[in-house]
Amino acid sequence: MGMNTQGRPTRMAENAATGGYADTVSGSRGLEQAEPLIFERGNLEHCGVDLPEPKGTRTRLGGLERQGQIGLPGLAEPETMRHYVRLSRKNYAIDLGLYPLGSCTMKHNPRLNEKIARLPGFADIHPMQPASTVQGAYQLMGELAHWLMTLTGTTAVAMSPKAGAHGEFCGMMAIRAKLDSDGQTHRRRVLVPESAHGTNPATAVQCGFTVDEIPADKTGRVDMEAFKAKLGDDVAGIMLTNPNTCGLFERDIREIADLIHEAGGYFYCDGANFNAIVGRVRPGDLGIDAMHINLHKTFSTPHGGGGPGSGPTVFSAALAAYVPVPYVQQTEKGAWELVEHAGQAAGEPFGRMAAFHGQMGMFTRALTYMMSHGSDGLKQVAEDAVLNANYILARLKHVMTPAYEGHCMHEALFDDRFLKDTGVSTLDFAKAMIDEGYHPMTMYFPLVVHGAMLIEPTETESKGGLDRFTEVLEALAEAARAGGKDRFLVAPVHAPTKRLDETRAARQPVLRWSPPANELEAAE
Amino acid sequence: MRYLPHTDTDRKAMLETIGVASIDELFTDVPDAARLDGLIDLPTKQSELQVERALSAMAAKNVAAGQAPFFVGAGAYKHHIPATVDHLIQRSEFLTAYTPYQPEISQGTLQTLFEFQTQVALLTGMDVANASMYDGSTACAEAIMMAARVTRRNKAVMAGGVHPHYIEASKTLAKYSDVEISVTDPAASGLDEVIAAIGDETACIVVQTPDVFGRLHDLRAISEAAHEKGALVIAVFTECVALGLVESPGAMGADIAVGEGQSIGVGLNFGGPYVGLFACKDDRRFIRQMPGRLAGETVDADGRRGYVLTLSTREQHIRRDKATSNICTNSGLCSLAWTIHMTLLGEKGITTLARLNHETACELADALSAVEGVELVNEAFFNEFTLKLPRPAAQVVDDLARVGVIGGVPASRLFPGRFENYLIVAATETNTPEDIAVFAKALKGVL
Repeated sequence: MGMNTQGRPTRMAENAATGGYADTVSGSRGLEQAEPLIFERGNLEHCGVDLPEPKGTRTRLGGLERQGQIGLPGLAEPETMRHYVRLSRKNYAIDLGLYPLGSCTMKHNPRLNEKIARLPGFADIHPMQPASTVQGAYQLMGELAHWLMTLTGTTAVAMSPKAGAHGEFCGMMAIRAKLDSDGQTHRRRVLVPESAHGTNPATAVQCGFTVDEIPADKTGRVDMEAFKAKLGDDVAGIMLTNPNTCGLFERDIREIADLIHEAGGYFYCDGANFNAIVGRVRPGDLGIDAMHINLHKTFSTPHGGGGPGSGPTVFSAALAAYVPVPYVQQTEKGAWELVEHAGQAAGEPFGRMAAFHGQMGMFTRALTYMMSHGSDGLKQVAEDAVLNANYILARLKHVMTPAYEGHCMHEALFDDRFLKDTGVSTLDFAKAMIDEGYHPMTMYFPLVVHGAMLIEPTETESKGGLDRFTEVLEALAEAARAGGKDRFLVAPVHAPTKRLDETRAARQPVLRWSPPANELEAAE
Repeated sequence: MRYLPHTDTDRKAMLETIGVASIDELFTDVPDAARLDGLIDLPTKQSELQVERALSAMAAKNVAAGQAPFFVGAGAYKHHIPATVDHLIQRSEFLTAYTPYQPEISQGTLQTLFEFQTQVALLTGMDVANASMYDGSTACAEAIMMAARVTRRNKAVMAGGVHPHYIEASKTLAKYSDVEISVTDPAASGLDEVIAAIGDETACIVVQTPDVFGRLHDLRAISEAAHEKGALVIAVFTECVALGLVESPGAMGADIAVGEGQSIGVGLNFGGPYVGLFACKDDRRFIRQMPGRLAGETVDADGRRGYVLTLSTREQHIRRDKATSNICTNSGLCSLAWTIHMTLLGEKGITTLARLNHETACELADALSAVEGVELVNEAFFNEFTLKLPRPAAQVVDDLARVGVIGGVPASRLFPGRFENYLIVAATETNTPEDIAVFAKALKGVL
């Protein structure tokens, strides 16, 4: 920072360029502390780890020793702590408040899960250790597999998919393998509702299928007439989310399953919304052939700012033979073993999803969660999740506009009719929620609803919390309708930053830090 | 149930507000045939103490890497993780946040991703990196598909020294696409076969260094050969600590560098979650074809610097069936652990750590190859190498486990039916001179 001869700072405005406030000397405002990038704070000499001095013996790198610097700045431990703790305070989190992102299932993340996942017997074991030294790990995978198959009423499960979309890929690959093995190579068209997650069409294409969209009917469900009209002998299957992304149970799901099967296709169910029915409905009883389960949604493993997830995928008997390697099985003597090559498998695995056996760290957390709840607790989870969403719907339907009539499942969907002629958009409304201390709901999804606002409270919110939340939304909706658009258009004003310019970020991409130009000149 | 806040009184009041008599009325869309009357046949709820007891007993059946002289690598490595890392990633604001789709209240995650991307680019000698993939193997598979889109060609050549799981994951992703993957013989120590396989339709060649046997490869000649034919070079690594001592993929001419980041900040976790690193050259053709999320710098309405997820028109939630990949959730918290550990290390730490790993591996190689009948296969290596033993390595590993040494990965476990007597052994900074002496003695004893 520049100083004049009286010691008075002269370059306050620079703070704005590095993310700080322009009206204070430091760029901070009380507890809202400005925090530069590590590249602006650290340097090549600082180090926050004590390591012994290398002996300096001759290397055996075949002449491939690195030439020149890497350029990685380091920080001592106290500075590292502050950097990340300060940054953490710029994040919203479930532990701070209601996180009503529809379709994302932001429920409480129990800390017992974290404790169990960190037991050295689970966290500090290597995927390629001899089988005799990891029997407990194979057992945990086997028991989780049993819970998942039992809860879904299915006969096989692939544990290795690393997230929901990876599970979709696993399920659709099995369908493709089955079709090809049956000589049904002309079946390449997959039916996907317009309201589906973007991962569904992307996955179908990744498996060599083409996507044919099915419209929604006026109740927000699959338009059965349109669906029937699309059936044909080139149809490979359907990818359907149930409850769907409008938060509604597909009433005709059995008929959909029967029709797709009669037409020679298979039923992929996107299990993103399994939370609404876990313990109450087994998807296998609905006629599904494959379904991924997001352990990071239904079974509470933390979202971690974007992952890691875990997407075990269950299969009906029709597809069980195609489950990818690896998987665990129990021998007659009760020992656990890993089937890790196609040659060892009883069926015809379609391949391998990734290195090693899947997201073990998520398996331990999910099984901890399941055992804590038990079959009775899980049923209560589904019931309370549905109860909470309907409570929100009931409390807000007079001020906001529900997209569809009737009750919902685990999430309540509104459109933007209530904002008509207010000059306030869904985006503005969502940003105003930030000022009120809430994370916004999912916006503009599903695509079939104009200005969609999808609210999923989850079962871990209390009645009192929901009352306060709906009071805030009610007041905001009334304020918008009363001509108070100004506060919406500038929102958020009480967040760590004002509204960010996303267009600029995309038009002039800056995807990494680079040394400032004057530093480069100085170096020359 | 301790995680469910409602009392029965609450539930009753809420049902009244909704206007239904019972919860069942909210499930009437479920077809009769699928409606369950009672509970699913699984155990009922348990207290924290009960669950902890049961799962601790299961954990106790495993031998943790820290409990024994431990030398297993082959794609995942035992390193020391500073206590700071695990503390910070358990901050509620990081642990229990979603993907940063609302940037105004996600600057913590977004700035760390921006820093992560920069660190990955620097370490790999590349220009840009994404915000992570699931792991190294899926990053490798996605890189091949990206190279095919960029070059509009459909043949990929993978060197046989690429980790077999990476090859299988890549073949699985490419299986029903128009991309054809061929693999050279893993026994070949050099890359001549790969060079010979490059043709006019080759989209990319894929080479791992250090490879699955621990062999180091100079990518300069092969990069020249590939670029001459218009093919891209994908450099793969499974041990990112090596990049602290060995020449970077970027400096050796690679166009895309992908690999496993687990060694920095992320524990062994029995194979996952890990963090896939994905970096490439700054070429507009490349960046628009990258898979996964990207954090980018911008300004807010007051002109203050901030970060957002950007270029999302590549991604599935916008582009749907035309997306570059179907990936949505990635490895967020693991990339945070990686960037924290890398910040603690810095230039000085990562280069020192890499050298310590190499020196330990050199000592281990000397000690083991001094055992009668044991032959060191590698001429050059970083922290992992391959031994030829006088009898099948799978039996040797089991025998070693019986005497309390976790002694490496039999190559036959990765290449069924091949390399029966070959053992892949890794050493890291966590191995003490005593560990090495115990291993050498035990190996002598079981051979």
